[in-house]
Amino acid sequence: MVERVPPPSAQPRSRLRILVASGAAALALAAGSIVPGMPLGAAPQQAQAADSGNRTLTVAVAQSVDSLSPFLAQKLLSTSVSRLMYDFLTNYDPKDNHAVPGLATKWEPSADKLTWTYTIRSNSKWSDGQQATAEDAAWTFNKMMTDEAAAQANGSFVTNFKKVTAPSPTQLVIELKEPQATMAALDVPIVPKHVWEKVKDFSKFNNDKDFPVVGNGPFVLSDYKVDQYVKLKANKDFWRGKPKFDELVFKTYKDQDAAVAALRKGEVSFVAGSPALTPAQAASLKGDANIKVNEGPGRRFFALATNPGAQTKDGKKFGNGNKALLDQKVRQALFLSIDRKTIIDKVFQGHAVEGQGYIPPRFSEYAWQPSATQSLAYDPAKAGKLLDQAGYELKDGKRVGKDGKALDLRILCHATDPNDKAIGKYLKEWWGKLGVGLKVDCLDDVSVPWYAGEYDLAFDGWSVNPDPDFVLGIHTCAALPIKAKASASTDNFICDKSYDELYKKQLAEYDPAKRADLVGQMQSWLYDSGYMSVIAYPNAVEAYRTDQIKSITTMPEAAGNIYGQDGYWSWWSAVPAGSDGGDGDSDSGSSSTGLVIGIVVAVVVLAGGGFLISRRRRTTADERE
Amino acid sequence: MTADSTPALVKQADADTDGPAPAAPPAARGPRARNTKAYLKYVATKIVGAAVSLFAVLVTSFFLFRLIPSDPVKQMTGGRPVSAEQLESLRRQFGLDQPMWQQFTSYVGDALTGDFGTSFQFHAPVMDKITEALPATLLLTGTAYVLYSALGIWLGTRTAWRNGSKSDRFNTALALTLYSVPAFWLGLLLIIVFSVGVGPIPGMFPTGGLESGNETGFAYVLDVAHHMVLPVITLVAVGYAQTLLVMRSSLLDEMGSDYLTTARAKGLRDDTVRRRHAVPNAMLPTFTLMFVNLGHVVAGQILVETVFSWPGLGGLFYQGLSVPDLPLVQGLFFVFATAVILANTLADLLYPLLDPRVGR
Repeated sequence: MVERVPPPSAQPRSRLRILVASGAAALALAAGSIVPGMPLGAAPQQAQAADSGNRTLTVAVAQSVDSLSPFLAQKLLSTSVSRLMYDFLTNYDPKDNHAVPGLATKWEPSADKLTWTYTIRSNSKWSDGQQATAEDAAWTFNKMMTDEAAAQANGSFVTNFKKVTAPSPTQLVIELKEPQATMAALDVPIVPKHVWEKVKDFSKFNNDKDFPVVGNGPFVLSDYKVDQYVKLKANKDFWRGKPKFDELVFKTYKDQDAAVAALRKGEVSFVAGSPALTPAQAASLKGDANIKVNEGPGRRFFALATNPGAQTKDGKKFGNGNKALLDQKVRQALFLSIDRKTIIDKVFQGHAVEGQGYIPPRFSEYAWQPSATQSLAYDPAKAGKLLDQAGYELKDGKRVGKDGKALDLRILCHATDPNDKAIGKYLKEWWGKLGVGLKVDCLDDVSVPWYAGEYDLAFDGWSVNPDPDFVLGIHTCAALPIKAKASASTDNFICDKSYDELYKKQLAEYDPAKRADLVGQMQSWLYDSGYMSVIAYPNAVEAYRTDQIKSITTMPEAAGNIYGQDGYWSWWSAVPAGSDGGDGDSDSGSSSTGLVIGIVVAVVVLAGGGFLISRRRRTTADERE
Repeated sequence: MTADSTPALVKQADADTDGPAPAAPPAARGPRARNTKAYLKYVATKIVGAAVSLFAVLVTSFFLFRLIPSDPVKQMTGGRPVSAEQLESLRRQFGLDQPMWQQFTSYVGDALTGDFGTSFQFHAPVMDKITEALPATLLLTGTAYVLYSALGIWLGTRTAWRNGSKSDRFNTALALTLYSVPAFWLGLLLIIVFSVGVGPIPGMFPTGGLESGNETGFAYVLDVAHHMVLPVITLVAVGYAQTLLVMRSSLLDEMGSDYLTTARAKGLRDDTVRRRHAVPNAMLPTFTLMFVNLGHVVAGQILVETVFSWPGLGGLFYQGLSVPDLPLVQGLFFVFATAVILANTLADLLYPLLDPRVGR
């Protein structure tokens, strides 16, 4: 072997020196840029915006925008942006979710409950200066009723509409086929007719090319870059009053840990959970002086569902659900042996509330609780007795039915949800003590066995709207599939006449108290049936910088959540920190210095690469020999 | 001063000693013509092969993504109030109600004209979504590609030439360590250290994205460069090892060869022996690897793009799969495969120029 290690030549060494020097210069620059009065790594970028008299609220979001057309948008981020761009007929009160005026100031049904008249406010203007009128609303609804493409996102609201007219600029009349209790909760963005009537194909128009987009909500959409950001400017003429921040930016962070890092750095003011920050993320942020972790009651329920025998609309049975679960006693026995407190403490680490009724307590109007005699609280002894009564005797630690077969069940779990897996382990243990075997089937996508009815139990959960109609509707007979194994709106193949009657009554009931009572009866039925058991309501966990946001409205106003509210309350109400006094404005150069450092480093990296290559080429033989 | 007077000798040495394979017998007449003909035949074979592969990819992509057990319509409307009629109407709009063979023929027919349909979730032509995200990916992975290939070749040559030395052991160990580090983990670590700042290290880089969104002109270019630093470092760190190792091992293979001893015996300097004799012969495997990697430049790096919220194709593919947005994933899959096939074909076409033994 001839190889040697020649001494580094003089020439490269001097180049190396330059490289080291420039690197050192970059570091020095970097160090210099963060010194004046700024805590390390916490240079609020909002401050720089304040210099130009412009207050920006930046929100880190995990989702990307599917469409900015309110007729197509399905994702939470996009529908939230629609809420900010366009006014709806009504809004939800942040305190208790009751309907409050939006674009409509008043709404009244006729005596036969089939005609609704809305009074449209006369002080709402589109951002191009034109008046917003009942004509715009009528056009929006009619478009959804006549154009299939325009019905993609919100079509379900108009399926029961017969006719929509605007007899005057301030009067909107909607005629119904059948009474519908959700008429004060029509979550449909009303768009300006004079802009949208030019749109030819609603299925392909994404409303994301010409900015600013004409709207009449609290914010006006001013810019959008795919997978990067959505920018909105405050609507100074908004009838409820202009927002306190001048600009609202939803910035996409595909990784939640990166988003948390951005919050810690001050690059963003708010991090939305998706649906919640993990307990570890929340715990790590709690130690930071300038960050507030906000925890509010969630709108989701986390439940276990049984397979009550999969069936089609015309009653054909399919699937292979365990017949033992058709016995109410067996179902109740299983649910009696679930220790919810342990699940809340150990799995959700305190970031959830014990479940009871079907509608989360956040929606206080419709929330329901079982009575003491009805309650199926943790009681393993009683569970054992129920199984005995059902004919499943305990033999060698196993429950054996009359047919001599041991009671072994399967549960469908979402492989992507760590909570499902953790709870699955507890269930295995608890039900094992009862003598019931359990196999936890974790799949990336559970929908195929679910639609096919090939499961015994499943982890289930839904986000609930302020109006409970939809989540109640998924348990009606009408939601069953037409064909076996076809997807349908049903959740668990439940079909019961008494439940369906209650459902119809509540939909036609305009008296809020009476409707709430009917909704309560439906939840009571669901609870007693034992077809499903609500385990918990996971909290919404999110965080924001208190040195950038002074105050913000949660929903419910007392200890609620901020992101994904029903309405525009949070972003409309947010007050910038330091809006009544000086705030860390000393950092006006943070962006530009950061930029300079970036450039220097980028140049160093590139020059380094070039240097390495050139060095190889230029090293002459003389230096080696 | 032998250095200045021996270029001819060097060339001679190259010709005499290149490769262990016996050179073709010098043909008396028309060797060039025969070689050109052979080369053209070789080129034609490769191009036909590439075309066949592309068509196979087109067909595969259709069926592959239909194996995903998921209902796109249900996934897309998940969690929102949708009636059964609406589900049906969506299915009709997306053409999912048609029989499979009909979906297939219209897919292949459209694809041949470059039309991959409309994305279910973004309500926009798939090709528009791809061309929208492609520049971001090319910028990031392309820059990283150039850097890690250069770094890998340089370090690979260096470590092999100084085989067994301290720097060889250190560099090889470091490269292997970085190679086994999960890219997203390294990315997060860099974010925590250099974006947020730890101890005396200030947070000097953005936590994610391609731009701040408020710069124009030259400032915009600088802003993008600023955003690129950490993701490029991540990609280079986890990527250069492969090139280094291939370069190192192939150069080591060459190092015992007789032709190098001959070259040295002729009095050539060590550096010339390495650069003019050893490295060119050792480059072929590295070259192959570089072309394979070149094909992957288009596909982006899903994990790194995710950690740094880079608006590129990797992230788009992930979003497409989660629905599954069939037209989008099919289109992307086809584009990714095309890039790899084209890069490989290009490599095949260039080999004969690098190594005359190939393609005869």
